[in-house]
Amino acid sequence: MKPLNLVVVSAGLSDPSSTRLLADRLTQATRQRLESDGRTVDVHVIELRALAVDIAHNMTLGFPGPALQEAIDTVTRADGLITVTPIFTASYSGLFKSFFDVIDHTALTGKPVLIAATGGTARHSLALEHALRPLFAFLHALVTPTGVFAATDDWGTEGDPYADHLPSRINRAARELAELMPSEPAETKQDDDVVPFAQQLAALGHDG
Amino acid sequence: MQFGVFTIGDIRTDPLTGRAATERERLEMMAAIAVKAEEVGFDVFATGEHHNLPFVASSPTTLLGFIAAKTERIILSTSTTLITTNDPVKIAEDYAVLQHLAGGRVDLMMGRGNTGPVYPWFGKDIREGIPLAIENYALLHQLWRQDVVDWQGRFRTPLQGFTSTPRPLDGVPPFVWHGSVRSREIAEQAAYYGDGFFANHLFFPKDHFVGLVNLYRDRFEHYGHGIREQAVVGLGGQAFMRRNSQDAVRDFRPYFANTAVYGGGPSLEDVADYTPLTVGSPQQVIDKTLTFRETFGDYQRQLFAIDTGGMPLKTVLEQLDLFGEILPILRKEFAAGRPATVPDGPVHPALRASASLTTTHKDR
Repeated sequence: MKPLNLVVVSAGLSDPSSTRLLADRLTQATRQRLESDGRTVDVHVIELRALAVDIAHNMTLGFPGPALQEAIDTVTRADGLITVTPIFTASYSGLFKSFFDVIDHTALTGKPVLIAATGGTARHSLALEHALRPLFAFLHALVTPTGVFAATDDWGTEGDPYADHLPSRINRAARELAELMPSEPAETKQDDDVVPFAQQLAALGHDG
Repeated sequence: MQFGVFTIGDIRTDPLTGRAATERERLEMMAAIAVKAEEVGFDVFATGEHHNLPFVASSPTTLLGFIAAKTERIILSTSTTLITTNDPVKIAEDYAVLQHLAGGRVDLMMGRGNTGPVYPWFGKDIREGIPLAIENYALLHQLWRQDVVDWQGRFRTPLQGFTSTPRPLDGVPPFVWHGSVRSREIAEQAAYYGDGFFANHLFFPKDHFVGLVNLYRDRFEHYGHGIREQAVVGLGGQAFMRRNSQDAVRDFRPYFANTAVYGGGPSLEDVADYTPLTVGSPQQVIDKTLTFRETFGDYQRQLFAIDTGGMPLKTVLEQLDLFGEILPILRKEFAAGRPATVPDGPVHPALRASASLTTTHKDR
């Protein structure tokens, strides 16, 4: 059986970054969940930092360079998407938003997406709900009910005793993403369809 | 194979002098470019149509009519005529007048326009861009081919017993190209009518346009206008030359940085790498232009954008002189190995001859 395409978009800026670290944990958990259901998976990781200049050029010029085009195609083909951004100034980073700005607005329709973010403290965590979730809702993606936020502290503690700690939130979100993902990879969409002209004329009430 | 110059007719400050042309100067400059283009051996001059600053060419047939009076041989065309926001009745009449006065040296390229507010300014809705292009052109096509037209459509008041005047010269409508950057519907439209398809591949990597041109060729054959190699294809290009390539790069860089499209974006070198832009010696322009044929197949019309980024007339005229030197070489190279089945670029006398042939067949 052909493997599913699990695509990871990480907008971390440093190397190594805690954003990438969270992305890797989510990826691993999702992979385990899929494999335990007997589904195989290919993972493709897109680090937006490497595409920052290409994304800016796409903004000014209107078309993507080859590396960015490849990243866009990879996201468009994904059977499931894990997106992770640092929270900057109350929202996703500008780089993260810009990447989704240059992708066709229909490319994510119906696609399962896990949203995740990192920040200095847990005070930023609702940015997932007021910024990332609406962005992907606009794109008609299927967003997992659980979004995963990792504050710096989450990496070194058991977390808040009254709430799930990071590993359990990661596992819950991964399970949700795996449940939304299909059992087989989507057919690669051919871009060579054309509506016959007579049909285009007829739609306007004219004969061919 | 036809070679031409196309201009968008914008006014921009010359980055070297800090001075911008006046509107009058820019319009006169466009006419001077057309006259010079004819003199150095180009076949086509095409102007854009825009209805906002910093553009001056809002009335293409006025400009082209003026140029028609100053030239004898060059074909006057557009790049593009807004089929979405202009009334097709007015296009039919304006271009028919121009066609008569220019002795048939007229064709035009349909485009949808890329300036959002122009739609509401002309009472249209941008979300209907494609339907407007389809319906308006269907009417234009009919107005030029049928003496008395009854028409009802979604986008203009109905016509009963309407005759667009003057009738096309010799009963042969101006040749029409359809330009598109993204829309497969427009490639399909061009193929359906057996019209030309123009890929302005300035702003996108060439692979993007290969798909559109191939679709157009396949559908042209599907609709029975000929084999796919006989489809009528035009391409954009952009060049800046000096005798040696270092001087070209040095002299063009400020104008490149001053264009609306490229300024503040990727480097000149990157753009020259992904797009048809060539900045270099005359030989480099020849070499790159010849690659278009390898990419798209033998084609009929190559237009070059030259007067970009606030470039002064003197520099543009120098460019045209250099083109005058390379055009004979380009013609020779493009002719070499071109199959006899591939048609030449459209010209009125040939269209008239083939129309009379068709009529004769029908009559018998």
